[in-house]
Amino acid sequence: MAVGVLALQGSFNEHIAALRRLGVKGVEIRKPEQLQSVTSLIIPGGESTTMAKLAEYHNLFPALREFVTMGKPVWGTCAGLIFLANKATGQKTGGQELIGGLDCTVHRNFFGSQIQSFEAEISVPEIAATEGGLPTFRAIFIRAPAILEVGPEVEVLADISLASDKKVNSDLTSESQEDNSGSLKKVIVAVKQGNMLATAFHPELTADTRWHSYFVKMASEAGIGASNSASTSGEHLEQQKKDLPVFQQ
Amino acid sequence: MAGSGVVTVYGNGAITEAAAKQSPFSVKVGLAQMLRGGVIMDVVNAEQARIAEEAGACAVMALERVPADIRAQGGVARMSDPQLIKEIKQAVTIPVMAKARIGHFVEAQILEAIGVDYVDESEVLTPADDVNHINKHNFRIPFVCGCRNLGEALRRIREGSAMIRTKGEAGTGNVIEAVRHVRSVMGDIRVLRNMDDDEVFTFAKKIAAPYDLVMQTKQLGRLPVVHFAAGGVATPADAALMMQLGCDGVFVGSGVFKSGDPVRRGRAIVQAVTHYSDPEVLAEVSCGLGEAMVGINLNDDKVERYANRSE
Repeated sequence: MAVGVLALQGSFNEHIAALRRLGVKGVEIRKPEQLQSVTSLIIPGGESTTMAKLAEYHNLFPALREFVTMGKPVWGTCAGLIFLANKATGQKTGGQELIGGLDCTVHRNFFGSQIQSFEAEISVPEIAATEGGLPTFRAIFIRAPAILEVGPEVEVLADISLASDKKVNSDLTSESQEDNSGSLKKVIVAVKQGNMLATAFHPELTADTRWHSYFVKMASEAGIGASNSASTSGEHLEQQKKDLPVFQQ
Repeated sequence: MAGSGVVTVYGNGAITEAAAKQSPFSVKVGLAQMLRGGVIMDVVNAEQARIAEEAGACAVMALERVPADIRAQGGVARMSDPQLIKEIKQAVTIPVMAKARIGHFVEAQILEAIGVDYVDESEVLTPADDVNHINKHNFRIPFVCGCRNLGEALRRIREGSAMIRTKGEAGTGNVIEAVRHVRSVMGDIRVLRNMDDDEVFTFAKKIAAPYDLVMQTKQLGRLPVVHFAAGGVATPADAALMMQLGCDGVFVGSGVFKSGDPVRRGRAIVQAVTHYSDPEVLAEVSCGLGEAMVGINLNDDKVERYANRSE
C-alpha cells in the first residue's frame, strides 16, 4: 500500500521524495477517484487558497471529507494544516473552503509575509520518543500558519516560543490579539488528533525524515495503512521527476 | 549521496553572513518550493489581484504596466509605485512579487522595506546596470531571475537568486523563446549528466558558471532551485507545454489580463498547470475561453529582444 499525496499544487514532490527516502511509495492524488487507491494521505504545503480553488474545480472536497471522517490517517503540513482545521482566520476576502475535522483554530499567515519566514530548532519530545534522534527538530516556517486554540481531544506535539521582539503579523485583527494577549508567548505548531497529524512547518524541506516515518507508522498502526516494507522491488522507487536539494544541518 | 544536496553559500567576499543568518537560503528557496505547480500572474491593480487570487494563482506579480503595454508604449520601464504594491498586498492573502530593474539594488531595498514576498530582477524593465546584477545575498527577501541557458541560470544562483525562470519574450504572446530557453537548460543538464567528472571543469569554463554549482547540477540532474517558465505563455496549452518540458510552474504576464475573458482564462491556465499531463482535462479547460492576447511574431527585426539585455 502506498501513501497518497495531494498533488494539486505546492510541495508534493518534496513529500514524495521524503517518503522515497524511507522506502515508501507516494502516489500523486489529483482526482476524487484516485483517493480510493490509498489508505492514508498527506496534504502538502503550498498556497492554501490555490489548493482550495483547484480542489473545488474538480469537486474533491466531498471525497476528502469522507476520507477524513472514515478515520483514515491524514497529515497536513502548512497549507494542509489549514485545510484540516475546523476554523481558519486571516483568509482571503470571501473565505475559502476547508476540509475540517481537526478541532482547532488556525491563523493563516500568522507570522507575516516572506521576510518574517524563518527556521528554528523546535522541541519535539513525542517524535524523539518514538523515532529517536535529537530532542529538537529543524523546522522551516514559510509564511506559516499557527494554531491559536485547540479542542480537548487534540494532543499538542510541538510549540514555539515567540521572542518578544519577533514581529507578529500586523494584520492580526484586534480581536484575535485580545484572544491571545495572555498566551501569545507560546504558539502551537504541531498537533495530533486521532489519525490526524498537522504541522505548521515543512518537514518535507529538510533531510530529517522523522515526521514522515512517524506518519507512516501512524498509517500502518491504523491497520489498513501503508506497509513500510522497503523490500518491494526498487522499480517504483526509481526517481521519476528529479528532486531539488534537501537542506541538511 | 549524503551532503551532495546542499546548496553551499560561502561566507566570504561579497556574500554577507549577516543576511544569510537572518534569512537562510533554505527559507528563501522554501517559498519557491511552495509555489511549485502553481501559476504566478501579472496584475496592475488590486481588482486584478483579486481576480487572480479567485482564479487560483499561487502568487501575483504587482506591476504598473503589463509587459505587452511596456512593449507598445516603449520608454524606460522602472519599478512600480510602492503605494500600488502595498494596495495589492492588502487586497490578497497570496504572496506578492514585484519587479526591480537589473542591477538596481536600491529598488530592491525599497521592495524589501515594503515587505513584498519575492523580487523579480527582471529584464522586462529597462536595466539599470548593463554589467552587474544585484548581489542578492545581501537581502533577506528572495529573488527570482531569468535565464536563457544553464550558464546564465547558475550565475544568477551564485549571485543569490533562490528561483529561476526562463527569459521568454514577455508581452509577445509567443512561447517560442521560453521553449528555446527551457530546452537549452534541460539539454545542457542532460549533456552534463553523461559527462565524465574530469570534464566538468572545462564545461564550467565553457558555460561561464561556477564549478561547484555545475557539479551540484550534475549530481541532482536538475537546477538546484525551483525553475519556472515565463514569457509568452498565453493559453492553457502553452502552460502545460512548459510543464511537460520540465518546468516547476508558470508565470503568466500579459496572457491573462490582455485576453477577452481574464476570469475564465486565468482559471483554465491554473487547471492546466495542475493537470499538465492529462490531455482530457486540458481539452476541457481549453474550451470557450474567448479571445487570446494578440501575438507578436518574433521574426520581425523591429521587435526588441528583452532577453538580450543581460548576460
